[in-house]
Amino acid sequence: MVQPLNYLKESPSQTAGPYVHIGCTPNFTGIHGVYETDLGSGPLYNEKTRGERITIKGRVIDGSGTPLRDAMVEIWQADADGFYNSPSETRGKADPNFFGWGRCPADMTTGEYVFETIKPGRVPHAGRWMAPHVTLWIVARGINIGLQTRMYFSDEEEANAEDPVLARIEHRVRVPTLIGKREGDVVTFDIYLQGENETVFFDI
Amino acid sequence: MKNTLPETGGFFARDRVMHPPAYTPGYKTSVLRSPQRALISLEGTKSEITGPVFGHNMINEFDNDLIVNYAKPGEMAIGQRILVHGRVLDERGHGVDGALVEFWQANAGGRYRHKKETYLAPLDPNFGGFGRCVTDENGYYWFRTIKPGPYPWPNGVNDWRPAHIHFSIFGHGFAQRLITQMYFEGDPLIWICPIVKTIPDDETIKRLIAPLDMSNTIPMDMRAYKFDIVLRGRRSTMFENRKEGN
Ligand SMILES: [Fe+3]
Repeated sequence: MVQPLNYLKESPSQTAGPYVHIGCTPNFTGIHGVYETDLGSGPLYNEKTRGERITIKGRVIDGSGTPLRDAMVEIWQADADGFYNSPSETRGKADPNFFGWGRCPADMTTGEYVFETIKPGRVPHAGRWMAPHVTLWIVARGINIGLQTRMYFSDEEEANAEDPVLARIEHRVRVPTLIGKREGDVVTFDIYLQGENETVFFDI
Repeated sequence: MKNTLPETGGFFARDRVMHPPAYTPGYKTSVLRSPQRALISLEGTKSEITGPVFGHNMINEFDNDLIVNYAKPGEMAIGQRILVHGRVLDERGHGVDGALVEFWQANAGGRYRHKKETYLAPLDPNFGGFGRCVTDENGYYWFRTIKPGPYPWPNGVNDWRPAHIHFSIFGHGFAQRLITQMYFEGDPLIWICPIVKTIPDDETIKRLIAPLDMSNTIPMDMRAYKFDIVLRGRRSTMFENRKEGN
């Protein structure tokens, strides 16, 4: 006999279902008067936030090529200097005008999600610098457990080449699935759930 | 906040065996929405072990009272009055303070307030069907609602969802993010539901079934159901502070 470890087990996940928006973004579904605004909606920055303004947009696409019109996407990212606005950020203080988190339901017609945000700075990991990136979490009807992925930037080729997470991906043909395509201030990042271009998802 | 030391440890690896796999053909929508390739394993970086903090001040007085938060003044939602309460814990058994808990559900007849909802059960004009709260320093949360009804859904020709409440939980790190559902003790529909059965193991399913809690039931008012939620644990900080290169 040994002493028991006494750890609990994480609660099992269940799909967010078709009506996740009722709970998470009620105003988006037309239910007004309970929450003033939907949490995580609107630009992630205000007029005092440091950093370059960008728009991130894209769709979540199923195995038939159809965009999901009931998905919900959340992003989490560092500020312009690479600091997270979180108690677990111990390297320095993040920009107080940048919360770093956003939530967006896919458009009910086009399936598009949009975030008005800033370009994040680089964040170190295990003695190396990660390239600028945004962390995404995707839920929807038919997705049994939230999918975790990252978006890097096409205008950061050099930094991307040094990134320890991208370096982890054995099948190099899959790396482009994590690169948002930047044109002007707009970065487009389509997420493919299946197929030849299936996006890399992480077990973090 | 009870703990002034920031938690910077990495999270325990997720036990994917007890979660539903992505591809579960009994739940038809998963067929085209399930990634087919193996996930890429990644030990948590700063990007995943950090997360935003939602303060108690964002919560309005009636956000955790679904009986009145959408109702006209002086009116109430129709249905069996219940109290749902419990703790958000992590795998170490610690209460998770400041966790954002959001919930949504159908009304007493099994109908959601959503424009895409077509079930013929009527809407309750006094029921919105959602609420939220932030856990206290011990990870405790509670809300008042009406018991949702079961409802039919297009999957098999005669599939019904057991009565359930959807939960979204935001702990301390983005890697803890979790959405799940709470079921009610004694509901025979639980064991024939294709969504419940995406979870491979019956013992694990039981962890989503809230028992009737007569101790916290308020006499002549509302029954209580107790529902604890466990988020991923994280390692102690002491051996985690490797040099980060800056
Ligand atoms: Fe439901």
